[in-house]
Amino acid sequence: MYRTKTGGLINRKKVLNFSFNGKILKGFEGDTLSSALLGNGIHLVGRSFKYHRPRGIFTSGSEEPSALVQLDEKKFTEPNIRATTVKLFDGLVANSQNHFGSLSWDFMRINDYLSNFLSAGFYYKTFMWPKAFWEKVYEPIIRNAAGLGKLSKEPDPSIYDKGFLHCDLLVIGAGPSGLYSALIAARTGAKVIIVDEDFTLGGSLNGEKLEINGGLCTDWLGTILSELTSFKNVRLMPKTTLYGSFDHGIYGALEIRNYNSRDNLKKPRHILWKIYSKFSVLCTGALERSILFENNDLPGIMLSKSMRHYCNRWGVIPGQHISIYTNNDDGWETAKDLKEAGCNVICIIDQRPDINPPIKNIDYVLGRKIAKAYGNLRISSIKLDNGKIIKTDCLAVSGGFNPNLHLTCHQRGRPKWNELNHCFIPNNPPKNMSVIGAANGIFNYQDIFKDSKIKLTKILQNLGHKKVSIEEVKISNRVYKVSPFPKNIPEGKVWVDLQNDVTVKDIKLAVHEGFHSVELLKRYTTLGMATDQGKNSNVLGLSILSVIKNKPMDEVGTTIFRPPFTPVPIGAFAGRSRGKHFKPFRLTPSHNWAKSNNAVFVEAGNWLRAQWFPLKGEKTWRESVDREVIQTRTNVGICDVTTLGKIDIKGKDAGAFLNFVYANNFGKLPIGKVRYGLMLRDDGIAFDDGTTARFSENHFVMTTTTANAVTVFRHLEFCKQCLNPDWDVHLISTTDHWAQFAVAGPKSRKLLQEICDPKIDISNDKFPFMACGEINVLKGIPARLFRISFSGELAYEIAIPRRYADFFIKEISEIGKKYNLVPYGTEALGVMRIEKGHAAGNELNGQTTANNLGLGKMVSKLNDCIGNTMSEREELNKENTLKLVGFIPTNKNQSLVAGSHFIEKGQTENLENDQGWMSSVAFSPMLKHSIGLGYIIRGNQRYGEKVHAVNPLRKEIIEVEIHSPHFYDPEGELLRG
Amino acid sequence: MIIQHPDLGPRDSSEFVYKGDAELLFRPKRTENTDQKIFHDYLYLRNNPAGKHCELWYHEYGDRSWLVVTRDTTNHEILKVEHVKDYIKSYKAK
Repeated sequence: MYRTKTGGLINRKKVLNFSFNGKILKGFEGDTLSSALLGNGIHLVGRSFKYHRPRGIFTSGSEEPSALVQLDEKKFTEPNIRATTVKLFDGLVANSQNHFGSLSWDFMRINDYLSNFLSAGFYYKTFMWPKAFWEKVYEPIIRNAAGLGKLSKEPDPSIYDKGFLHCDLLVIGAGPSGLYSALIAARTGAKVIIVDEDFTLGGSLNGEKLEINGGLCTDWLGTILSELTSFKNVRLMPKTTLYGSFDHGIYGALEIRNYNSRDNLKKPRHILWKIYSKFSVLCTGALERSILFENNDLPGIMLSKSMRHYCNRWGVIPGQHISIYTNNDDGWETAKDLKEAGCNVICIIDQRPDINPPIKNIDYVLGRKIAKAYGNLRISSIKLDNGKIIKTDCLAVSGGFNPNLHLTCHQRGRPKWNELNHCFIPNNPPKNMSVIGAANGIFNYQDIFKDSKIKLTKILQNLGHKKVSIEEVKISNRVYKVSPFPKNIPEGKVWVDLQNDVTVKDIKLAVHEGFHSVELLKRYTTLGMATDQGKNSNVLGLSILSVIKNKPMDEVGTTIFRPPFTPVPIGAFAGRSRGKHFKPFRLTPSHNWAKSNNAVFVEAGNWLRAQWFPLKGEKTWRESVDREVIQTRTNVGICDVTTLGKIDIKGKDAGAFLNFVYANNFGKLPIGKVRYGLMLRDDGIAFDDGTTARFSENHFVMTTTTANAVTVFRHLEFCKQCLNPDWDVHLISTTDHWAQFAVAGPKSRKLLQEICDPKIDISNDKFPFMACGEINVLKGIPARLFRISFSGELAYEIAIPRRYADFFIKEISEIGKKYNLVPYGTEALGVMRIEKGHAAGNELNGQTTANNLGLGKMVSKLNDCIGNTMSEREELNKENTLKLVGFIPTNKNQSLVAGSHFIEKGQTENLENDQGWMSSVAFSPMLKHSIGLGYIIRGNQRYGEKVHAVNPLRKEIIEVEIHSPHFYDPEGELLRG
Repeated sequence: MIIQHPDLGPRDSSEFVYKGDAELLFRPKRTENTDQKIFHDYLYLRNNPAGKHCELWYHEYGDRSWLVVTRDTTNHEILKVEHVKDYIKSYKAK
């Protein structure tokens, strides 16, 4: 007999089957998991965090500290779900958490009997010695014992999504004040969003037996909801928790579309909303607090208003011999409603001695306290402070109400203490937020409606909406008077924070040990941490602190409330950005062609690039890469280099602009020529390099490295708009508009001649090294040709509008067959640039200067350009500065390792003797041994000298010879040929 | 945060890239006998006030304009948003 025959918001005709700890149970449509459990007489649902004490369902809302369950199983499982928030569905599977052995016989209960040793700060004090034991012994044991639920450790199969919403007025909470406020706003035509964490809108109206305008409050609720639904300018969002208030009227909200993960894996389970509002009203009501007495954590003890709601809304009969313990009038409402529903209420104990009992047909005790509760897995009796024992299997507790004001504090708001109602109330909510009703410390329903009307009229007027008429609401009167916190501290095992097992004794100990401030107290005792963030416990804890320190509550203060209000799953924050979609990559114009040519791809910056193109029979990547290098250097190779940043620069001052942004001179670059450019940061450190071509007096085309394409463009816009706003310079990124291919190797000219317009002469005389020009290829495709070489071969880069790229690469591959054209990937590209000693990202690492790179002489001495002044700093130009040079192993069979550090032979490998590091290494197919580039002190003066390349990670030392960085064709004859 | 772009109206701060103190606009010019200290001060000595702060934001995912946003760093209230050009003009007028 755990349910009433009639009444409430459940559909008794629709039975839902669910399982808890393997047992099949029945609930009704409209139930939450917790109401369904109580409807089956189940109070014990879990074990406490530290002492493994039996714990029951304590509340009916999202503030629940104890009834945390493991929902569903295997890859669908989700830990620490508050049973009070889950709408029951057919087939729901839940299990209790945090016990070794069965829920009713938990081996770890031993902790409870050892609780004298496990008080606050226990871990800090105990597991300090011996030091080596921490990582290997203590931590694994503690980790195994601590924590509540378990993760599946499999990928979550559900989908999470994100959305954005805009409104004039955001109403947070759909209780009486929220709905009334929303209605006033809706009638003005304002765009309104109403969010509420519950799956049924109505807030407290769903669980109260109130009269509104002479009828049932649920009837009034139905009318108001149907009017709100009829508005096009209103969006009702049940199951949506507002978890954070951010700057400028932006709010974060979590919509729990579905707890039933298996229902539809194609539809999002949760949605994370970002809501932009002009104004918001906080109508989140108030949360009840407990009362302190020994063993006040036993299953069967529940907050009074919650118990009333379980009875009224879900028809739950929570116990067979129910008693009520209160310090305010609201406890009596519970007694009234439970009695009316036919429950056996045996007694109400009110701490206040001098009240006139609002109901008389009940046994009551005034001016008494409960000293202790008894029971093992559930409460069985209570002892009053006069020694009287009362047998009871269910106890409702009401210690007064705390306005649910967390969201007023997310932007540094600090609440203030109200002496009338003995609670904290909002003090300085964020700009453009108004707090209404119980959330603002107004506990009388009639006043709440008045408050809503006055505030909304003003808010809507300020937003520019016309005044509308709104009916007055007449609601049953309820008095709320609460007694202040007691001035004495209860003895024994008295629970303040049910979720973290913090007792009154822990708080006393923490203060005794010097943790006086609330913030320190929180961290030392864990009071108010974890999923409930102390919604029931914080103020209780503060009341103890206030007594110990003999300070008023206002001076004790609260900890800072931060987002999220209730837990938000990481999956919801991730949304669709999982796996590949976490960091999407871009495809090069030749991607499909490369794929059909069996390319192996690599993520490079924002791109997916071909790394090498294995042929049949090639077993290792080295085989493919060596072949690509050799074939390019003996015949011709082609490589997609579209990923380089391309910036089009035009305007009368374009030349002056390039002089300013590059360290070397560009103003005098002839039309039809390309030049290598080095870009510095203003602090003198090398930033990026590339080439810039001049197509006409006022038109340049710049390339940047792939990695810095975005940051260089941003920097150029800064140099233009911020540092030289009067210059006539126009910048546009054309990275995506031009496909670009490097064509390199001794036969590259012959190949290009075949595809070029025959009228264009690209002989060495007419189109020498570093020439550029606008041409057309393959019967009319416009193209830009640059005679530049990263590989060190006779080489070109050809740019064509992106839409022709697929056609172009297919055509040139076909034509190239007779020249033995080979496609090469980023690996071969890297090998060839190391053979040539060209710096790349590994060398331009944000720590090195032009001087280090061996390009010091390039830096302009005359002009004002970004970075040249600071590059002249004494420290950067010392005699023993690092220089970029090459390295070869003395034993040619050894492979060099990038990241190795250089130490003089015979010296100890330590930081003091560190002379530099190896930045890039490769196996040179031309030289048939490993080669490397790196920075070493005075490297350019030490060719031939032998040093040690040390790799302390692998405890490996390789003797290397310092070499010129140019391993291959050091005179550069090939590229000019 | 929402930044009131002078041309495009209210825009979410996620469309912008932050650079820092607007004093960066006033870069010294290198002359024949430039003192490195002037550049040192320009580069490394920044204002970081608790309160009203003029700072540079780049509308990278928008119209690519560099803006000067006057923001109260204690509560993120945005007092003014201007194009760099307009800011420099009024700064020099002062």
